[in-house]
Amino acid sequence: MNYSLLLSAAALLATPAFAQSGHQGHDMPAEKAEPNKSPPVSDPHAGHDMGAADEPPVIAQPAKEAADPHAGHDMNADVAEPTPTDEVGNVPAPAPPGDHAADAIFGGDVMARSRKELAYEVGGMGYSLVTIDLLEVGVQKGRDSYRFEGEAFTGGNINRFGLKFEGEGAFGERIDDLELQALYSRAIAPYWNLQAGVRYDIKPDPSRTYLVAGVEGIAPYWFKLNAAGFVSNKGEVRARLEASYDQRLTQSLILQPRVEANIAFQDIRAIGVGSGLTDFEAGLRLRYEIEQEIAPYIGVEWRKQTGATARFSRAAGEDPETISLVAGIRIWF
Amino acid sequence: MILKTPVDRRNLLRGAALASGGMALAPLFPAWAKSGSHGLHSLAGQPGVLSGDNIEVSVGQSSFRLGKKTGHAYTINGTLPGPLIRLREGQNVKLVVRNTLDEDTSVHWHGMLLPFHMDGVPGVSYPGIGPGESFTYEFPMKQHGTYWYHSHSHMQEAMGMYGALIVDPAGKDPIAYDREHVLVLSDWSFAHAHVNFTKQKQKAGYFNKRKQTFAGLAKGEDQPLSERMMWGQMLMDPTDIADVTGAYYHYLINGHDSMGNWTGIFQPGERVRLRIINAAAMSNFNIRVPGLPMTIVAADGLPLTPVETDEFQIAVAETWDVIIEPKEAIPFAFIAESIDRSGQCRATLAPQMGMVAPIPPLRERPLLTMKDMGMDHGSGGGDMAGMDHSKMTPEEMAAMGSMDHSSMNMRDPSVAPQVKMGPGVASLAPMPMDRNNERPTGLEKVPHRVLTLSQLRALEPNPDQRTPSREIDVHLTANMERYMWSMDGEKYSEKTEPLPFRHNERVRVNLINHTMMPHPIHLHGHFFEVVNGQKGQYPRKNVVNVLPGAKVTFDFTADAMGDWAFHCHMLMHMHAGMFRVVTVRHEEEGQ
Repeated sequence: MNYSLLLSAAALLATPAFAQSGHQGHDMPAEKAEPNKSPPVSDPHAGHDMGAADEPPVIAQPAKEAADPHAGHDMNADVAEPTPTDEVGNVPAPAPPGDHAADAIFGGDVMARSRKELAYEVGGMGYSLVTIDLLEVGVQKGRDSYRFEGEAFTGGNINRFGLKFEGEGAFGERIDDLELQALYSRAIAPYWNLQAGVRYDIKPDPSRTYLVAGVEGIAPYWFKLNAAGFVSNKGEVRARLEASYDQRLTQSLILQPRVEANIAFQDIRAIGVGSGLTDFEAGLRLRYEIEQEIAPYIGVEWRKQTGATARFSRAAGEDPETISLVAGIRIWF
Repeated sequence: MILKTPVDRRNLLRGAALASGGMALAPLFPAWAKSGSHGLHSLAGQPGVLSGDNIEVSVGQSSFRLGKKTGHAYTINGTLPGPLIRLREGQNVKLVVRNTLDEDTSVHWHGMLLPFHMDGVPGVSYPGIGPGESFTYEFPMKQHGTYWYHSHSHMQEAMGMYGALIVDPAGKDPIAYDREHVLVLSDWSFAHAHVNFTKQKQKAGYFNKRKQTFAGLAKGEDQPLSERMMWGQMLMDPTDIADVTGAYYHYLINGHDSMGNWTGIFQPGERVRLRIINAAAMSNFNIRVPGLPMTIVAADGLPLTPVETDEFQIAVAETWDVIIEPKEAIPFAFIAESIDRSGQCRATLAPQMGMVAPIPPLRERPLLTMKDMGMDHGSGGGDMAGMDHSKMTPEEMAAMGSMDHSSMNMRDPSVAPQVKMGPGVASLAPMPMDRNNERPTGLEKVPHRVLTLSQLRALEPNPDQRTPSREIDVHLTANMERYMWSMDGEKYSEKTEPLPFRHNERVRVNLINHTMMPHPIHLHGHFFEVVNGQKGQYPRKNVVNVLPGAKVTFDFTADAMGDWAFHCHMLMHMHAGMFRVVTVRHEEEGQ
């Protein structure tokens, strides 16, 4: 459809005052320019008083009206009187209008839709991010292992929904740990998100469901932190702290120290967890960003179970401490 | 550089699909943007130069080739840049814009004084132009000078939808010249603008491939460890000068990269007027013509008292008219260098085709300083115009580091009470400064003259010299980590309340930049007077670049009724929310 029709129609209608004044100085109909509207580009000298080529630019005469700054102004009554001094006045701001100027010309419905689109386009757009931080194999005493850990979030700047997942196991055996969290995340400060949701441990058996509450964010010096507390459907309370740091060696080579500690506030014998600090791990990974989104890495990781948890492991014939060489790939999109 | 021409049948068919919204192949450059141009006087009536009272253009998709790579562009009349529209002051023009895309589009006439519903901002001035629709703009030319036009929809501008709009004066041109060239600067990405935007959201600093590294520290480059620690403590990155950098952008002049080498012809002894338009989405440029001084004669379309300089910064959406007077029959390089020095584009001004001047190497990249955080470090930079060393010495830095934390508070809400504090506001400048006297980022120490904002003086006395009856602050706020950009802490999407003005009211507006990025702030439908010390002859602009940590003041007369966009012209900043509606009404309407 052609809006010029609408416009002509609008011009005919008794539109509200502002719409009419929108046309002020806009002699829409007849008044065409002179018939001799010679294209100005044919000769740059045309109409120019060109002296020597190095003539300085023509300085225009100061406008005659300069003495009276009000000259030539349509001083409407609604203008507050200017203050006589150079002091900027303190006239209060007018009340914002309750309507939108374009509505009178193009129609309220059409413009309302258009404004909604504008708001979406100007700050309202969301985005998604899938990050697989760890996708690796480990070599240590005993069987080789595998491990993955990542998250997928979607939403806006403040409110987001997403999943966190992690799992690990030894090749040739059933998976040891498989954990899934569904979280609502809310930005509460420039660098911090509050997260709450549900965690479901498919493994180890017997599986458990937890309520999750935590914070994650960036601390001064660019440390990435994540702290979460968990309360299981059996009333058990656990907590987890994670921290990492990306040390840029070159633009593409990044060394990442990473630590994690798990805490239980009671023994959970069924899954081999003892009260207190149950285990911690410290890893150092060196990744090379082929693209920022795709970065293979190698690293070393030390994991140690402590206290009662370590005892439970030893009792089950497992080694509570391992040092692994790891190799994997970090991906986000 | 060669643009794809429709040679095979499939291409011809694709070309024919233009009218139905399919992707068309870009024809050659519009005549005015072809390399080897003898200047605009030779172009009247050529394809790609549109004049007269009735003009029709068509918006579509084209492929754009740079070197061996071909990308997808949004174009006007199939070319990147679009046609040159050349009008005359006093004429009335009807501009029909046909949309052959399968999405909405719009054309905004940047800097033009026109009725608000002709301004071309969907959601503010009109509903935009739907797929297959056309819109007729009609307005009188109330001004003359160098302007431009671009899409105001869906970041189409970042993908090629822009062109030059030149209005010749009704009478004698206050700027004398023998020859003129138009130079449209831009930044081209082969990735879709929305993809780039999403990357920014997903990973802060995604496009910065020159962050500080341990290798750099070991080599003694960039900041020493103590400074890195201090900046790290505040979660600030001194290398974050341009959000999107030359690692991803191809910088263009009239659609040509350095290899394409757009060339404009001159004859020695001529006064050559360069009409420079920064149509880039995200890139401010340092402009210089090594070996030639430049006389700045107009900014954002309006004439200035001529001032000679050797280098100046052009912010996104600004236009600058510059006179050069080459005396010898030798080629000169016209250099547009991204302010973070991650890339540049060279064009050539020469007496004949085939001559080239050497491309200067990229200069050492600048780093941001404490001043860019809006932290005062003494003088305020007023005394030694343009010579102030904005980079602190290590001793000063050490002194800064030992300050108590209360004076290091970079987020004290009391410095800007009207800002809505939240996750979108990562910092507030404790002491934003008037930096009008200072050389802009990166040019602090170059060994030649650099234009500062305070040097600009309108050629004519300001038409309205009333003292403003009131004053408002507009805080430019951000959280760069989350890539949130806002005014007063609120994205446009969360606050649709306009900034109200009475018709013909004279108001002072203070733009206060709390972020570490420059923001070229653009007010539609008006010129404003930048309060830069040149009282009575303040430069009248429609875009003003607010340096990091700086406060820029402008006065303006709200003489254009209706609703107008007011925003940062860094396209991604606008897209992220740094945008407001300004509304001008008769007082009684607001009640």
